[in-house]
Amino acid sequence: MRTKFWYALALTPALFLAGCGGSKEEAKNEEAAPPAASSAPAVDEATAAVVTGKVAFEGTKPMMRAISMDAVPACARQHSTAPVSEEVVVNGNGTLRNVFVWVKSGLPDRQWPTPATPVKLEQHTCIYQPHVVGVMARQPIEIINGDPTNHNIHPMPKDNPEWNESQPPKGEAKTKSFPRQEVMIPVKCNVHPWMRAYIGVVSHPYFAVTGDDGSFRIANLPPGEYTLEAWQEKLGTQDIKIKVGPKETKTADFTFKG
Amino acid sequence: MDNIWLHRYAILVAVCTFLLVVAGGLVTSNDAGLSVPDWPLSYGKWMPAMEGGVFYEHGHRMIATTVGMLTIGLMIWLWRVEKRRWLRNLGVVALGAVVAQGVLGGLTVLFLLPKAVSIGHACLAQLFFCLTVAIAVFTSPSWKRGPQIIEDSGWPSLQSLAVAVPVALLAQLALGAAFRHGAFGIIPHIVWAMVATGLVFLVGFIVLSQCGSHPALGKAARGLMVATSLQVILGIAAYASRINTADSVQPMPVMVWFTVAHVAVGALTMAASVVLAIQVFRNVRREAAEPASHGATA
Repeated sequence: MRTKFWYALALTPALFLAGCGGSKEEAKNEEAAPPAASSAPAVDEATAAVVTGKVAFEGTKPMMRAISMDAVPACARQHSTAPVSEEVVVNGNGTLRNVFVWVKSGLPDRQWPTPATPVKLEQHTCIYQPHVVGVMARQPIEIINGDPTNHNIHPMPKDNPEWNESQPPKGEAKTKSFPRQEVMIPVKCNVHPWMRAYIGVVSHPYFAVTGDDGSFRIANLPPGEYTLEAWQEKLGTQDIKIKVGPKETKTADFTFKG
Repeated sequence: MDNIWLHRYAILVAVCTFLLVVAGGLVTSNDAGLSVPDWPLSYGKWMPAMEGGVFYEHGHRMIATTVGMLTIGLMIWLWRVEKRRWLRNLGVVALGAVVAQGVLGGLTVLFLLPKAVSIGHACLAQLFFCLTVAIAVFTSPSWKRGPQIIEDSGWPSLQSLAVAVPVALLAQLALGAAFRHGAFGIIPHIVWAMVATGLVFLVGFIVLSQCGSHPALGKAARGLMVATSLQVILGIAAYASRINTADSVQPMPVMVWFTVAHVAVGALTMAASVVLAIQVFRNVRREAAEPASHGATA
């Protein structure tokens, strides 16, 4: 009986270890193979269409919560007043900033060329800039630490490999990419728990992020029928079905209610 | 000298382990578990800049290292002076447990907080704390003075009830850890809290009614009931503060402190139940069945 007790005790850590790693390890080792290249021609500029629009906000403007950086003087020193969160940013004209708009369905089944130019994500004044960013699958993302403090960059994808890496103050930029489409991937810094960003990874180039005027523009779109989706981190998603003809400029406006 | 200094050292190990449990609670509540991406070094150093989440995570590692060293010392001291072989072996078990706990902690960092490992790390922390408390009890002068036997004829037996309580509380701790690490929702933890609390008070009242004046048993039962009462109140406060601050952009101090207090008192409650079980097994004997009468008349 006593011998069995010692065996059971010795095996207990092994049982715990057996439960570790798992899907994240598999996800880390597994990279999506690039889809077979379609022989379809590049988008014909003679017929390429444009979709533009605005993302409006209706309702009571939400209060932006103040961020306390007292725990990290190197961050607090960079702000003369307490910064506020960027979860729901309503512009002066009643539109929403940081909404990710993308073509969710309707595109032909083909491989789109991946840009080599990296998209930048900067850690500046202990805040991610920009707060929401769009990138193509496998397109490089250049992560920069412009702060006088360590950061750790921790994306939390569901369909892509998860990773968590540190970056020293004003250290060398990191270049990363995500192989699979995923809308959206939250990114956080565990050293500074208020830091949050979102990366929209799309397998094609038809996406945009609204800015200070709440507008978006998706150009060079092949004529066709599409579902356009707008994503906001707190207010959810909305879809619009549109049909664009050759050389047409179509307007598609979204409205989120608070 | 009756090894009083060994007993005091065992208490020191238990106290430091309790502080380690608190430090671990602060790590999770401040979402700092992955603030140091490497292990066993921290940002490639033994001592990184202690800012933000790093303060909690690396601070936790430093306390863990201290507890590990203290546990090695405890094991060596037990082997050198302790005549009771089972207690010497318990020192080895304690060392094995703290090493396993360190490895689990490293795995949580390297594999990005897999739920099973994180929950295992939380549960083993509580079990290890109970072990250090038990060693402190076993090395105490009052333990060495011997038991004061009380007979028990009830059903279920006091011994089986005393075992059921720490088992129920361990399940409750595991459900709490599962909620904290996103494996389960809150409902199982709340439902089982009612079961475990009911069991604690049932057993506590039985012990107090049968042997309330027993110095060890009465004290252990009262301690367990007080700790459990406090734990229920803290649990409600922790959950309420979590709901109230759900929209915050960062962990808010009120939520952090209520949650950490709930974790800490949970450890004390678990330890109190183990102490009660130990004292019951030491001091309670099942009443022997009366011999059958041979033709006796009334």
